[in-house]
Parts: sequence; structure tokens; C-alpha cells
Amino acid sequence: MKKIDVSQIRQTVRELCLKANFELRSDILKALKGALRKETNPRAKSILNTIIENARIAKSERLAICQDTGIVIVHIEVGQDVGLVGGSLHKAINDGVKEAYTKGCLRKSVVSDHLLRKNTNTNTPAIIHSEIVRGDRVKIDVSPKGFGSENKSKMMMFKPTASIREIKDFIIDVVKNAGPDACPPFVLGIGIGGTFEIAPGLAKRALLRPIDKKNPDRRLAKLEKELIGRINALGMGPMALGGKTTVLGVNILDYPTHIAGLPVAVNMSCHATRGASKTL
Amino acid sequence: MKPKKIRTPLSSAELRALKVGDEVLLCGVIFTARDAAHKRLSDILKSGHRMPLDLNGAVIYYAGPTPPRPGKAIGSCGPTTSSRMDAFTPELIRKGLSAMIGKGDRSMDVRKAIKAYGCVYFLATGGIGALLSTKVKKAGAILFKELGPEAIYKLEVVDFPLTVGIDSKGRDIYDKAKWKKTQRAS
Repeated sequence: MKKIDVSQIRQTVRELCLKANFELRSDILKALKGALRKETNPRAKSILNTIIENARIAKSERLAICQDTGIVIVHIEVGQDVGLVGGSLHKAINDGVKEAYTKGCLRKSVVSDHLLRKNTNTNTPAIIHSEIVRGDRVKIDVSPKGFGSENKSKMMMFKPTASIREIKDFIIDVVKNAGPDACPPFVLGIGIGGTFEIAPGLAKRALLRPIDKKNPDRRLAKLEKELIGRINALGMGPMALGGKTTVLGVNILDYPTHIAGLPVAVNMSCHATRGASKTL
Repeated sequence: MKPKKIRTPLSSAELRALKVGDEVLLCGVIFTARDAAHKRLSDILKSGHRMPLDLNGAVIYYAGPTPPRPGKAIGSCGPTTSSRMDAFTPELIRKGLSAMIGKGDRSMDVRKAIKAYGCVYFLATGGIGALLSTKVKKAGAILFKELGPEAIYKLEVVDFPLTVGIDSKGRDIYDKAKWKKTQRAS
């Protein structure tokens, strides 16, 4: 059996935290540049220009793209033929986050004890989603998630007889309600189906897919395209000050659900949708 | 239109001359304060104790920066969502606050207070904290240091790019937004 020492996981998580915070995802940057070419509204163009310039400065100066360096979401897929040795996996992940955030001049935004709101000063614990998959690889996705957009995310338990129109309208309403607070142009992660805890998890995981990569499910790809059209037609634009660019990407994941229900979750993400990934 | 340069302290006449949608470059001193600092200031006001920060003519920036790299004044420092401060803002305005900087829209109570006291609410672009850090020449935590990123920092800024979100007449830049057909829930 292939063995991976958890110290390698710690080091990888640290590297990915730094990369994600300093280097805007290439798919997002590409979409921003594409949007800039299409925009005609002067204010929208000016904002998109500053966002692109910000990404350049962040990368060259090793400065956080956004001061909200987020709570760290770690999706880890562990192949069932891998043996993780050398200690606790969760501790290794959290140690990697702690090292990145304390040494990389990133903001520590995690508080414990919700009455006292005490900062843990390490930006840990991270949110860890682990999955056992086939094979002998370990894939780690690190997404620092800011709360300007996280706060505007919503889920709804629809009736099983709900029409697709009702679901689309719900998604559009979430976007309208997010407004400027969630820093448009957005990226939307949408989870459809499963149970109460699964739909938001799918929505979060959907954000990992590069937005220039087509959804392999043709039905969902069609729905994504339609939603992108409708959302951009709102005229909200960058920072909701008008323009054609309200959303850069809509990513949907689905899962079977119960005959009595239809959970739908929308995870809002900002124009600084960050992430980095590595397979060991 | 070329952005207008303004410098703190902002006079009443200067504030009143700013119109919703105007672009400005702000120079001078501003103070960061976000959720936890607002709660503390509000508690101090309610308890009747002396305010530890002179709000008269002050400009508050809703922000919690990242720590600076060695040799730099500050790390990434963009705005946070202003509406979370709405509940505390009118009482700070009554204590002399002249302007606020943040992102997003404000409650009706905040708009009324802005109009009544001739203040201005500025928008800064969210998610460009690295770029905005280049406009901050000096920074230091001056109050509630134990709050870390939520402490009150005194910043000296040069040509900090802003847009007037709500002017002293209470006019709001988002009023005419066509996407905003219904009142947003907070």
C-alpha cells in the first residue's frame, strides 16, 4: 500500500493557502478579462480594471488579494489504497493552515466561543470535507472563503413538485439579495438534491470547478448557461453599480433526493473567488 | 470625469459639495472600525463613559486589514460590508462622525442620520485590498489592540479612491438600480 506521511499534507496545505490568497484563480482572471472586453459601462470597466490590477499587485507583492483571507475550506479526497501515516490528518491540515496564516501575513478571521467571539489567532480550525475515493492518490483543494459573500448564501427546501421556474427564480432572488455586499461579479455554486446537509456541501464543492470548464452533465450545463444569461441581464454589474457583468460563472452539482423533497442551495462567491489544488 | 481630491478633516461645506456618484481621491487620516470595535464604542457610549476616540469630524473605514509585510505600512485593506454596522452608525454620527467608508448599501435609519447631520457615506471597491494597500502610507493600531484585525487602526492615506454612495442630502447611489426592485432583506 502506498504511504503518505501527513507532514506532506501539512506542507501542501500551507503552500496552497499561500498560493490561493496571493494568486487569483486563472479561470477567474480570464473571465474578468473577457468581461472587461464586453463591458461598455464606464464605471463597470473602471472597476473591472482595478480588480485585474489588484490581482497583478497581489501576485507580484505576495499580498492577499482581499483582506478577508477567509475561513479555509479544505476538500480532501483520499484514495482508498493510500495509507496516511505520521499522525492525525486533521491536525496536519490545521497546522498547515496555521503556518500559512501566521507566516504569510494573512488575516486571522476565525473566532471561537460565539458569546465572547474570541479570535483563535491561527485562522484555525479549517472547515474540512474529506471523502474516500478509489485509487492511491490524495487530492487537496484549498479555498479561502470570505464572509461578505458567504453571509448572502441561502438554501431552500422546495416541494418535490416545484417547477424549474420556481427554482430559477429562487436563485435569481438570492443574487438580487446579495447585491453589492457580496462583491459582484459573482461566482455561484449551486447544489441541488440530496438532504438538508448535502445541498450546501454540493454548492460549496461546485465552486471548485474552473468556470471555463463545461459541466459534464448536459442538462446542468444548459441550466448554468441560462442562469448566467438571466443574472447578467439584471444589469447589476461590478459592485452592483451597473453593467453587464454580474456573474462570471454558475457551477451546479446535483445528487438524488427523496420523493418528498427538493433541497436547493446557493453558495455565493465574490469576484475574488480563490482556490488552489494539488494531487499527491 | 476626473476624481476630485479631498483631504481630512472634511469641512461641512466640502461634505455638502459632494454629490452621489462623485468619484473622489481621499487624503489624510481615517480610522478603521468594524463589528467588534463598533459594539465596544456603542457599549462605551451607552455606559456614559468618555469616548476613547474623538469622533468629531472623524472618518471611519469599515475594514480589517491583513498584517503588513516587513517594511510595509499595512497589508491588504479593502472595505467590509457596511450594513453590519448600521445599528451602531446613527449614534456615532450624533457624536460627530463626518464620513464613513465601506461597501454596499445602508439602512434607512443610517440614511436619515446622514441627511440630518450632513455626513457622507463613501463606497470603496470590495476585493481589491492589495491595490488599496498601496494608498496607505502609515498605519497603527490605536485602540482595542487585543481585537487583532478588528482593532481600531489610524491610517494615513493618499489618493484613496472612493465613490460617494450616499450624499449629505441622503441620496443613495443604489436608489435607481433596476435590479433592486424589491426591498432587500438585511
